Amino acid sequence: MKVFINKNQHELPEGATLADAIAAIQAKPPFAAAVNTQFVPNAQYPQHPLQAEDRIDIIFPVTGG
Amino acid sequence: MQTSPTPDPLILYGQTFHSRLLLGTARYPSPSVLEAAVRLARPAMLTASLRRQTAAPEPHHSGGGNSFWDLLRGLKVPVLPNTAGCHSVQEVITTAQMAREVFNTPWIKLELIGDDYTLQPDTLNLVEAAGWLIKNGFSVLPYCTEDLVLCRRLVDVGCQAVMPWAAPIGTGKGPTNPYALRLLRERLDVPMIVDAGLGRPSHACQVMEWGFDGVLLNTAVALAQDPVVMAGAFAAATQAGRDAFRSGAMTEQDAAQPSTPVLGTPFWHHP
Repeated sequence: MKVFINKNQHELPEGATLADAIAAIQAKPPFAAAVNTQFVPNAQYPQHPLQAEDRIDIIFPVTGG
Repeated sequence: MQTSPTPDPLILYGQTFHSRLLLGTARYPSPSVLEAAVRLARPAMLTASLRRQTAAPEPHHSGGGNSFWDLLRGLKVPVLPNTAGCHSVQEVITTAQMAREVFNTPWIKLELIGDDYTLQPDTLNLVEAAGWLIKNGFSVLPYCTEDLVLCRRLVDVGCQAVMPWAAPIGTGKGPTNPYALRLLRERLDVPMIVDAGLGRPSHACQVMEWGFDGVLLNTAVALAQDPVVMAGAFAAATQAGRDAFRSGAMTEQDAAQPSTPVLGTPFWHHP
């Protein structure tokens, strides 16, 4: 199924979870994730099912003002 | 008569800070300059943010990824994550939740932008966002305008401090509406940190003399020709302004008054 991770299109198998999406981009901690603009706590990644067309944001600490 | 300074910590949400300067971490020429600036200024908090990782991180400028994380942890200064770039209440909520998890802190600098050109806060939705965050356990420092009623509403929903702007973010103009800022200070009795728009240490000193409790700035230090020295200058100016506020300035006079005693003046002056 087609999903979008940080705006980029990815193909994941049916039944994939958020943990699979994170593995797909090889994200290294620290980071946090949201699906369709809803925050998902890190403990729930393996149980959080993804749907086709889901928009996943994985974000990292950066400098800020 | 008091002859030695009494402790004067900044207290926010019950937490004590020994500096009244909050410093941003963006736009420095290099991570080592940022580190040196922080070590000299010893700010109460450092602001940080969250972004998608770019394909080609630029650690010297964006601070992206783990190198910035390692630097931040090494500085051992409390982190104040922001919600910069959020344009809706939902974006704020999600970003704040993500920041709490990444930075392991309930502190959040609430930024909800209503206008991309001026980066003016969305004053019509700021209170709703702040209220949700407070109810969900965040220690919220809202970036807002100098509007008294807005600041009151933020306090009404549980904000224990507010952060009115001096001028639009990154402009360095200093306080553009002194009357409103001073009136706000007079009318609202919560800690207030002037956030955004300060360009020079004298600006920081000025708002502290007016009785504001702290300042938050970034660009004024990061874009100085020598950010490290400028960080120290802002720290000193912030403390000087605070000391001046606590000391009680003299009343301005129209007529000159000799400070040296007149009695016993030698010589004779002829008109």
